[in-house]
Amino acid sequence: MIQLFAFYLFATIVIASAAMVIFARNPVHSVMWLILAFFNAAGLMLLAGAEFIAMLLVIVYVGAVAVLFLFVVMMLDIDFAELRAGFVRYLPLGALVAIILAAELVFAVGAWQAGGVDLAARAAPVVSDKSNIQQIGELLYTKYIFLFEAAGIVLLVAMIGAIVLTHRTRGGVRIQNISAQNRRRPEEATRLVDPGVGQGMEL
Amino acid sequence: MISVGHYLAVSAVLFTLGVLGIFINRKNIIVILMAIELILLAVNINLVAFSAALGDLVGQVFSMFVLTVAAGEAAIGLAILVIYFRGRGTIAVDDANRMKG
Repeated sequence: MIQLFAFYLFATIVIASAAMVIFARNPVHSVMWLILAFFNAAGLMLLAGAEFIAMLLVIVYVGAVAVLFLFVVMMLDIDFAELRAGFVRYLPLGALVAIILAAELVFAVGAWQAGGVDLAARAAPVVSDKSNIQQIGELLYTKYIFLFEAAGIVLLVAMIGAIVLTHRTRGGVRIQNISAQNRRRPEEATRLVDPGVGQGMEL
Repeated sequence: MISVGHYLAVSAVLFTLGVLGIFINRKNIIVILMAIELILLAVNINLVAFSAALGDLVGQVFSMFVLTVAAGEAAIGLAILVIYFRGRGTIAVDDANRMKG
């Protein structure tokens, strides 16, 4: 009973906050609703028994991605009223596409529940005497180790790409160049001149 | 009791809301990126629901990979957004024609 109540609570809030994300006037409010949606989706996953994914959702999505969004929204000085200009104009087309998509999804779920598609054997059955995190760890570090490393490379490339894209070198700034200072030798820094009488200065 | 169909319904509604968000906010690329995050969240819910229903852990492992790609995509997208804003002073994407494509 309490599971049913929790499921409907989380499901209602996640859908309502997802609707608020796309309909909110201010993108800062959108990010806040997105954070609420992520928290409730984590609750949904917890109900399904995926504790590690629920934890990851809170840590990665709320802790990193949503804060990144918030940071960018607040950093850029954007005229949001102008950006909402085509909102009503695009609403009928968007609603049409959304209705068609929802109908297709309902159709797909109905077709799946009718049975007939017999999938292959379980790739990694759940063992009941181990915790969720332990099972995922054992699977991730043995069978899917290459995919796991590929995911690490994806993150590395994304990190380097973001740094390279947003990095800019400012011109006209005097900064200390330590290696140039250390490379400096007396013969290129000083010169010895022997001026004659009356030639050592210019007036 | 809660079946996998309940989870699929939530995920379908979430996915549809994400697609609708892309259509109705087509000028505001920040909200478009957030709608993409909603779509990926719906995919994750689907993977986890099937993983729980079928008793197979691979769904949760792949849900983690989807999460990785979503994080990378958000970082790169926002970086592109920042440099675009730096050059143009606006983020309206419907008049983005710099590459004349």
